[in-house]
Amino acid sequence: MTTITSRGTVRIDTEACKGCELCITACPPRVLTMGSDLNRAGFHSPLLEPGCTGCAACLFVCPDFCFEVYRYDQPVVTEVAS
Amino acid sequence: MPTLDTSTEPSGARRVGDLTPDLLLTGEHHLCPGCGEPLALRCLLDTITDLEVTTQTIGVVGIGCYTAFTTSIDVDLVQALHGRAPSVATGIKRMRPDAVVFTLQGDGDMVNEGLQEVLHTAARGEAVTCVLLNNGVFGETGGHMTATTVLGQRTKNTIDGREAEYHGYPILIGDLISRLEGASYVARGSVHNAGAVARTKKMVRRALESQRRGDGFSFVEVLTMCPTGWFIPTGESPEYLHETLGAVHVMGELKVDGRVKTTDELHTENVARQREVEARLAAGGLDG
Repeated sequence: MTTITSRGTVRIDTEACKGCELCITACPPRVLTMGSDLNRAGFHSPLLEPGCTGCAACLFVCPDFCFEVYRYDQPVVTEVAS
Repeated sequence: MPTLDTSTEPSGARRVGDLTPDLLLTGEHHLCPGCGEPLALRCLLDTITDLEVTTQTIGVVGIGCYTAFTTSIDVDLVQALHGRAPSVATGIKRMRPDAVVFTLQGDGDMVNEGLQEVLHTAARGEAVTCVLLNNGVFGETGGHMTATTVLGQRTKNTIDGREAEYHGYPILIGDLISRLEGASYVARGSVHNAGAVARTKKMVRRALESQRRGDGFSFVEVLTMCPTGWFIPTGESPEYLHETLGAVHVMGELKVDGRVKTTDELHTENVARQREVEARLAAGGLDG
């Protein structure tokens, strides 16, 4: 097992997402990936993996205002299979 | 790799960024996936909120995809005819000198349909701020070429790229306006990445501050993505914007306090700023 520290996190309004994927390439720690589930409008939306820094780059580039960005008071540690 | 819950508000965390700008009644809109215009709109609306001028702001909106936001922007707005927004803004500013007056126009609206309006408004030194959303296509009417489309750029009627011999050369509107005596602040931003969006927001702020000081005409051009009009995947559009439009319409503050900067100066500044932004993103955020 290895651990990954998240300094921040995001809340994603998946129903507002149009699946443009701008956030995927904009994310500096590369913790956003496209999910396979479809929303009501028929678009894929992003998923968050551990390691978010709360930098808000996703919020700056999202044309559909889907992101709300948070920074943890104490970083959160997630255990992942190595 | 496990995925985390992003549907609820986390505990033990402070919110640093909101979903929708405060001055937008709803974040829902009908613009295409990957459109750059909502990003530029966020820069403008957040700046109006930050400067605490919401109740004295009057906007004039031209004709384009962004016109769809007139029903959701929570600021007093006037809808102008194609390209006539700067003239309408002139009238508003002269009748209401205390108002903060901006125009929101696209490149088709400003540079094709009403080029003389913005040039004369700038030359007269009217204390209004014009915001241009420049993507090099008439997005709303199907994605055909505008006067700002750069050589080699794909649009619906320049499918192999714009050719100088057949289509002529692009108009660099920011450079043109910066040479006019009445223009006090001229800048060109872009929304191809988070750093560029943050920098564009600062440009909008300086333009509105310049208007409030009564310095004269202020102008912010924002390069935006139009993947639908360019026929490219949404994920590739920011890079295409930066490398195609951004190479010709060079980003930066073209005129500050009456001094016009050269393209070489802008290039040098851009390289330095990109390094700075990358370092700040790696350190954890752009808002610090």
